[in-house]
Amino acid sequence: MVTMPLPPADSLDAPILRIDGLGVCFGHHRVLQNIHLTIQRGETVAVIGESGCGKTVLLKTLIALLRPTEGAVYFEGQDLLRLNEKQLTAQRIRYGFLFQMAALFDSMTVAQNVAFPLRQHTNRPEREIQRIVVERLTEVGLPRNVLARKPAELSGGMRKRVGLARAMVLEPELLLYDEPTTGLDPIMSDVINELMLNTRRRHPVTSILVTHDMRTAQKVADRIVMLYPTSRLGPDEPQVIFDGPARRIESCADRRVQQFVRGEAGERITEMQLTNGGR
Amino acid sequence: MSNSSDLPIANHARPRRSFLDGVTAQVADVGALMLDGLIDVGRFSIFMAQMFGWLAGRLPRRGTLLPSLYQIGVLSLPVVALTGTFIGMVLAVQSFAQFRMLNMETRMGAVINMSLVRELGPVLAATMLAGRVGSAMAAELGTMRVTEQIDALSAMGANPIHYLVVPRFLACLLLIPALTIIADFMGIEGAAVYTTQFLGVDKHHYWENSSEFVGNYDIFVGVFKSLFFGGAIALIACYRGFHCDPGAEGVGRAATSAFVQSFVAILLIDLLLGIMLDTIYYSIWPQTTSSFL
Repeated sequence: MVTMPLPPADSLDAPILRIDGLGVCFGHHRVLQNIHLTIQRGETVAVIGESGCGKTVLLKTLIALLRPTEGAVYFEGQDLLRLNEKQLTAQRIRYGFLFQMAALFDSMTVAQNVAFPLRQHTNRPEREIQRIVVERLTEVGLPRNVLARKPAELSGGMRKRVGLARAMVLEPELLLYDEPTTGLDPIMSDVINELMLNTRRRHPVTSILVTHDMRTAQKVADRIVMLYPTSRLGPDEPQVIFDGPARRIESCADRRVQQFVRGEAGERITEMQLTNGGR
Repeated sequence: MSNSSDLPIANHARPRRSFLDGVTAQVADVGALMLDGLIDVGRFSIFMAQMFGWLAGRLPRRGTLLPSLYQIGVLSLPVVALTGTFIGMVLAVQSFAQFRMLNMETRMGAVINMSLVRELGPVLAATMLAGRVGSAMAAELGTMRVTEQIDALSAMGANPIHYLVVPRFLACLLLIPALTIIADFMGIEGAAVYTTQFLGVDKHHYWENSSEFVGNYDIFVGVFKSLFFGGAIALIACYRGFHCDPGAEGVGRAATSAFVQSFVAILLIDLLLGIMLDTIYYSIWPQTTSSFL
């Protein structure tokens, strides 16, 4: 059984997460390069960027599901790469992770999915576990009758909400959302946005969300970080092309940021035509 | 109808390669294939070491072990019993004519039972397990990999090898001896029923000859080998599932390769253990020769 460590009192003002010169390569393909970021406790940061620019890879590196090729990730000053299996487990239960497709366990019911972290890491009695599960599901707006259902019987929006309830069940300090509104209709997307805001109001949590939905980023985040694809950057050029308050992104002078915010294809159309013509 | 000038010219622009370039490319392909194979062996060794590390460190919870035991043992029982019965009967059908020519029909039981207990029972039970359980395990774990469920386990601080592989390995290891004994028993019974009831061989002499030639050591050999078969099936199937390529095609390929590789491993282990066990047997009892011959 792993005990949940509390942050030392003097570290409350220090950044919860620091990313230092992060780079990730898969074979010869460079996905992330030269990323420097600092995330303050209690902040909600949206990481935006076009598809394939490495947003999900960045998120998985922050929880040590992927090992960076270069650089380091410090959680409260502790280098995640230097932790052994036991220390990493202790660290990971301080995180909550909402996966893109929710990643619920198919073989388990909704109740078992949400209860999984509690059964894995605590010695709470079964009655209390059931109470917490119902409480978390109510918080995300799901009725009791979903408890016995399997994930395959749920809609996309419900799966995301169950995933959020599961991510929140241990009351983590850092919540990572991987494209929380992708594949949902505008109304359900807004429901998820509201849930993220409510979660933050109820629990003192630091959040990092990866999205390419500008509405979500601007509604939920305090700060926006934009990544640019490494294939369009020079070697060692920083991949973060915007890092600032959410309200300032629209007035950013960088043409690449403006293009993304306005959703304009720009030179991509010309490039596509050239590629097709070249064949 | 498209104009022929619009069609892409397939080989026109391709530069002509010299003989040396061709040979170099072939050598490079073979080298890349060998390198991939070596990397796979290395990854499998690490996977195996991690599994044994977790097995030695912490046993799985009852809640994760019991479903694996049920899935692997209880649900495999009917198919193993049925195929065991048929194999026994088929052996009786195939060997009857030869034994009758030598007027040795009552000795059929010795040969059939010996082959069943030492070879066919364990190999058959293991093959059925690889087909029924191995491919299903690879497909299930592969789907979990593709849908990020394995990442979710890690993200929640649960080690996927401890949570998913150790229970499956233990279930295969613990239950394959029982499945082998059932396959042996059903095969022996099937052969005896067919030989004595349908082929008219004397029941008393059939059983007397059978018990004379098949000893406890033969039963031990079969059960001992089955332990290695079970372990190999679980490890290969779980490894294939864990290292599954993305998409439905990747999951399908993982399931197929889990069965094929498990089957090859079963035969290879059978050969190596057969040689090893015979060497041990004859070094302990050097004067012993097969009394059947």
